[in-house]
Amino acid sequence: MSVTISNLEFAYGEGGFCLAVPKLEIESGEKIAFVGASGSGKTTLLRLLAGVHVPEKGEVVSSGRRLNALPDASRRAFRIQEVGFVFQDFELIEYLNVRENILLAYRINPALALNAEVRKRADELADSLGLADKLKRRVEQLSQGEKQRVAIARALLPEPKMILADEPTGNLDPDNKRRIIDILSEQAKQSKATLVVVTHDHSLLDGFDRVIDFAEFHAAKGGGHDGG
Amino acid sequence: MLGHGAVGGLLPGNARRSGAEGGRIITQHFFLAWRYVAFHRAKTIILVACVSLTLFLPLFLSRLITEFEGQLMARAESTPLVVGAKGSRFDLALHALHFRGRTPELLSMEQYQQLRDSGLAEVIPLFSRFSARGYPIAGTNLDYFERRGLGIASGDSLSMLGDCVLGAGVAVALGLGPGDHLLSDPKNVFDIAGDYPLRMRVAGVLQRADSPDDDAVFVDLKTAWVIEGIGHGHQDMDAAPDRDVVLDRSETHVVANAALPQFMEITEENAASFHFHAEPGELPITGALVWPDDEKSRALLLGRFTTENDEAQMLESLEVVEEMLGLVFKVKRFFDANFALVAASTGLFLSLTILLSLRLRRREMETMFQMGCSRGTVFWLQACELLIVLAFSVVVAGALALASGASGDWLMRQVM
Repeated sequence: MSVTISNLEFAYGEGGFCLAVPKLEIESGEKIAFVGASGSGKTTLLRLLAGVHVPEKGEVVSSGRRLNALPDASRRAFRIQEVGFVFQDFELIEYLNVRENILLAYRINPALALNAEVRKRADELADSLGLADKLKRRVEQLSQGEKQRVAIARALLPEPKMILADEPTGNLDPDNKRRIIDILSEQAKQSKATLVVVTHDHSLLDGFDRVIDFAEFHAAKGGGHDGG
Repeated sequence: MLGHGAVGGLLPGNARRSGAEGGRIITQHFFLAWRYVAFHRAKTIILVACVSLTLFLPLFLSRLITEFEGQLMARAESTPLVVGAKGSRFDLALHALHFRGRTPELLSMEQYQQLRDSGLAEVIPLFSRFSARGYPIAGTNLDYFERRGLGIASGDSLSMLGDCVLGAGVAVALGLGPGDHLLSDPKNVFDIAGDYPLRMRVAGVLQRADSPDDDAVFVDLKTAWVIEGIGHGHQDMDAAPDRDVVLDRSETHVVANAALPQFMEITEENAASFHFHAEPGELPITGALVWPDDEKSRALLLGRFTTENDEAQMLESLEVVEEMLGLVFKVKRFFDANFALVAASTGLFLSLTILLSLRLRRREMETMFQMGCSRGTVFWLQACELLIVLAFSVVVAGALALASGASGDWLMRQVM
């Protein structure tokens, strides 16, 4: 999936944090890292790419579709079918086991049908991420690295065309950080998905096609908003 | 909560879903909801307990009152008139019909005899002032059993002074049967010089009647008077089973030690010695049950008691019971209002729990939204959780209602 951003401006309410991105192009299958100071708008831009937020000015065009022109239901459909989200704090559901967390998208989105083939694919994905023997465990029984792998499996199961990972290594030790980035890169490569990763860790940037420093973009008025 | 300015709704092209698809979606929602309530067991149990009690209590009270009303009315319908000393009509009716409540003032046997001799009704006397292991002792005559349709399930009816016949419920509760013995309760535990309890022989057990008769001990009137202390016999100390009980003996008196059994017992040997220190007409009763021969007799009897009798009153059982029930229903309305408040409080508590839950689960909902979940789906997930709690509450309330139904008789006895 390719994405083009032009003359984008977004603010959280009047007088709130403001993000301005004059121009950004992401090629299909590209691996991009967003770096920058806290509050510079990295997470905000991820959400704009996913269609969670709508910019006040400018455009977000994803594979030829202007996301900002779509109604909410269509942007949700876009997210369900084409975007995989990996969150900073994993955001796994505590009352579901590992398998159920991986299958979550298929339970909350009527557009995705949960069937035997999907269950099989989930088990295979879990196996490829070293989670095969942990499928029935509760989230609280997992290590940090295992939790993040579950989150990755959940994001990848619907076979998204774009993977957005917000500080996926923020809560991990150095060994696991590298492992997670490698997993994300490998999975994105296998599925030919575009990968966008927000990270503070400059030691992990060598595997990316491009690094975008948010110091380039205007972040003003009221300082930072998001954690990224 | 779910993004900023986003509008939830159905996905485009899916405005109309098939039944199977709708079923699939609902199944997924209930799956997630079930997982949530099962994981948060303590919270679920508390919520279910609150809601089920709120559902059950008013139903239970209503059922209890309906059963209470049914039992009172049935008894009153089967006993047209009651006669007793002037005083509280409610006390007299409850005592004569159910052997419960405050013992009314005493009436004399003469009143009973006059009524009986009038030829206008069948009259059955009652003397009920004592209890045996908490169950009322009702002194009466054999006509009572016939009039009430009480058959003997085991043993025999009353035949000898000192015999008792147990109601079916008493026999089961105390584990007694024909041939066993039952002590009447002491009249006054602080009166060490008072009359001793009577050791009664259980002659028989009545068939179950599903009436207050199940929970009473029946004796002959004379036996009841012996318990009262109006009649007594003399125990032959020479025949005392344990001669070690006797400390000293002379021509004029016998001295026994504290091992002497402190109760009265009427046996075949000493029954003839029992006598009463009062004229027959002076012997007391607590009331009499009256079955007029016809409506004219009924009117005549009521008229006589209204105009001619200063000592006694005659009640129309049904009228008194209806009046009593009127009071009960007034109190019930108060309880209904109270329950409405309780229900409102429970509703508010549930709402607060849901709101707090939504706040605590903001991140979970935000995650789902960013994964493409609609606002409508989030609403339905919460609704499914609530439906599961409500469903469990209905089941628990139903189970409580069934259990209370099974223990309805026990509860009625506590209430009465």
